[in-house]
Amino acid sequence: MRTRDINLLIVVVLVAALAIWINGVPRHDPKNANDRSELWLGRDVHTRLGLDLRGGTQILLQASAPNITSDQLEQARHTIEQRVNGLGVAEAVVQTSGNNRIIVELPDVTDASQALTTIRSTGKLEFVNPGTNQVSNGQTVRTSGSPTPRVPAPATAGITNTATLSQTAPLSKTLTTGPILPVVADGSLLDLSSVQTGVDTTGSPYVAFKFNGTAATSLQQFSSQNIGKPMAIVLDNKVQSVAVIRDTLPGSGQITTNSVADRDGIYNVLKYGSLPVSFDVQSSRSVSPTLGSASINSSQIAGIVGLLAVAIFMLVYYRLPGLLADVALLIYTLISFALYRVIPITLTLAGIAGFILSIGLAVDANVLIFSRIKDELRHGLPLATAVERGFDHAWPSIRDANASTLITSLILYYFGSSFGVSIIKGFALTLALGILLSLFTAVVITRTFLRSVVATGRFRDPWLFAIERSQPATPTTQPLSEV
Amino acid sequence: MLSIVNKRYLFFGLSLLIIIPGLISLVLFGLRAGIDFTGGTAWELVLPNQTQPAAAEDVQRIFNSQNFAGNVTVQVSPPNAQKQVLVSVRTPVVKDVETKRGPLLKALQAKYPQASIASLDTVGATVSSESRNQAILAVLAASAAILLYMTIAFRKATHPVRYGVTALMAMLHDVLVVLGIASIFGKLFGLEVDALFLTALLTVISFSVHDTIVVYDRVRENQIHRRTNQSFEEIVNLSIVQTLARSINTQLTALLTLLALSLFGGRTIRDFVLILMIGLISGTYSSIFNAAQLLVVWENGWGRDWRRVFGHKELHTSTAKVY
Repeated sequence: MRTRDINLLIVVVLVAALAIWINGVPRHDPKNANDRSELWLGRDVHTRLGLDLRGGTQILLQASAPNITSDQLEQARHTIEQRVNGLGVAEAVVQTSGNNRIIVELPDVTDASQALTTIRSTGKLEFVNPGTNQVSNGQTVRTSGSPTPRVPAPATAGITNTATLSQTAPLSKTLTTGPILPVVADGSLLDLSSVQTGVDTTGSPYVAFKFNGTAATSLQQFSSQNIGKPMAIVLDNKVQSVAVIRDTLPGSGQITTNSVADRDGIYNVLKYGSLPVSFDVQSSRSVSPTLGSASINSSQIAGIVGLLAVAIFMLVYYRLPGLLADVALLIYTLISFALYRVIPITLTLAGIAGFILSIGLAVDANVLIFSRIKDELRHGLPLATAVERGFDHAWPSIRDANASTLITSLILYYFGSSFGVSIIKGFALTLALGILLSLFTAVVITRTFLRSVVATGRFRDPWLFAIERSQPATPTTQPLSEV
Repeated sequence: MLSIVNKRYLFFGLSLLIIIPGLISLVLFGLRAGIDFTGGTAWELVLPNQTQPAAAEDVQRIFNSQNFAGNVTVQVSPPNAQKQVLVSVRTPVVKDVETKRGPLLKALQAKYPQASIASLDTVGATVSSESRNQAILAVLAASAAILLYMTIAFRKATHPVRYGVTALMAMLHDVLVVLGIASIFGKLFGLEVDALFLTALLTVISFSVHDTIVVYDRVRENQIHRRTNQSFEEIVNLSIVQTLARSINTQLTALLTLLALSLFGGRTIRDFVLILMIGLISGTYSSIFNAAQLLVVWENGWGRDWRRVFGHKELHTSTAKVY
């Protein structure tokens, strides 16, 4: 056995062990049902499930204004993200798409009407007078402009398989107790171009702002009477900052903060607190967790049955090489799932279908190689030579065939980027990954196995290679090349 | 040796036998496009503990009571093993469909107490027309890329473009088979053409070429090692016979996994898997019985080949000995 094969064999064993390790990483905190993280060398490697498998809603929002700058879109995305986080939805994703769209993904949320109301509200920024009430950052308060805010409902024990759709708990409840704080200045009258950051002469960072119209006069009136008292900046009924009035504010002013981070926080609230444009729901998809978990179960069964069927076929048809291909196939499956966890790739139903299909493709190369080896053996070549020739001669067709499938999956991936057909993307991704990986497992790993087995010199019975014992070379098939 | 190339027109005829009814259906009825491409809303409802299929009219009435402007179509399945009746409803796009969800579920549960909404998809007009354009572009781009790759991969063969074009013709065969059957199934069983269908179609395209390449590769190789008295027709026949087992085996492994998916993979992707299976079988057929044979027809000259096979019987028997 050559050193190169021994080295490769060691590499294969190591890679397989690594894949098993990654796949077997235990839950980070088994006591906490909501903790989905599984840490491997400090990296979260839990299997990500798409909304169609875990249940949830995906919403495509489109700006109703025809012209929207990429800056405005990013502002809107940031605002929506903060609102979604405020709803207490775990692992929500908010991302921009194209030049006027935002995609919102809400796992485990099946009735998105409440969430949508919050997401699409234009965002209410208010300067309020807390009076004698103690208010702190992040607190939800009632204001005279918006006396019935919604607050997230107390966290429930996470979605379980038994939870049915009709019993979905409301995401939030209405706050009806507590003082109503009078509004001093309404954010809709804030002059957004005046909101700027700076550093004053003493080195303290500040945010400058200016109100127009009635808000400017009421701010001036209020501040002149309340010097030394607090005033709160409230966004969507959530206290963002509490500032002490130092002087009369003539409709404009500066909020001085202790740190640059604090200042930038306030700047973002003032500048981007409200959505720059309104958004319409262009498309939405929601799947109940019940259907999602049913899909997971059925694809698991399909995957196992598919894998077994292919493995048995290979074993029966190609015998010893088939057995080695089956081991390579098992390693292929292990590495695939490890990669899904590490990269990470979010698994969707179509993605799993792509993976299951790739099991069939993964042994395609083996079928081509083993058929070639059988050809060479029938021509009377010695085993070791036949194995080498089998691989060499099968390679051009393996390369060309896989290249064509890879090209198609790249095209699928590219066209799957548009929202309406995004289901294609997951399929293309797992299929493409499967093709690349199977080239490694079916060609490199199987060849190493086969060479090692041949090198032992023990497995020479033609039956093991599915060749009839002492079969003469068929005269009709010409030799492929001279020996 | 098994002679496949000699019977080429029989195999072409068999292909036409499948394709022509599909084409007729395509012309008459077209494809039943799903909401991904037309826009609209799809509701998948689950009614548990039912021993009989629910009346479509009842569900229709409930939807009508919620004021969906336009056409509401309802499809009801017979109860499955878990005594669940699955109902799929299509409604036109309405603004803020999410707000209709609650009232509709309430109305539904008044009639079927444990009814639930398994999934709710809404696709707006802009998105659906984008998807439609993307779908057409994707199929064209995939075809062009494969033609280009084939021409490059077979650049050392005698006529590289022939390999690309005939592979494309075999691919077109599979596309037509799939589209035709999809059209017939759409008419008969309400099969819908959606994003997953597009995925299946593009996968069929790539697998079709995958298979053709295995045969063509053998042709290329056998041509290099050809004996002096061997005609191109014989080379192609030899190549097909040599690769027959592996062509079938590679597809068999893919079909085994697809069969597992169709039996256990859940209803959401059943149509997708069905289309893939049809396409794969068609792909294997076309790569064995059409693709390489087209190379022979091209080599002999399109009209001449026809006359050679179907021309004067006496002449045919005498020439048969020559090549």
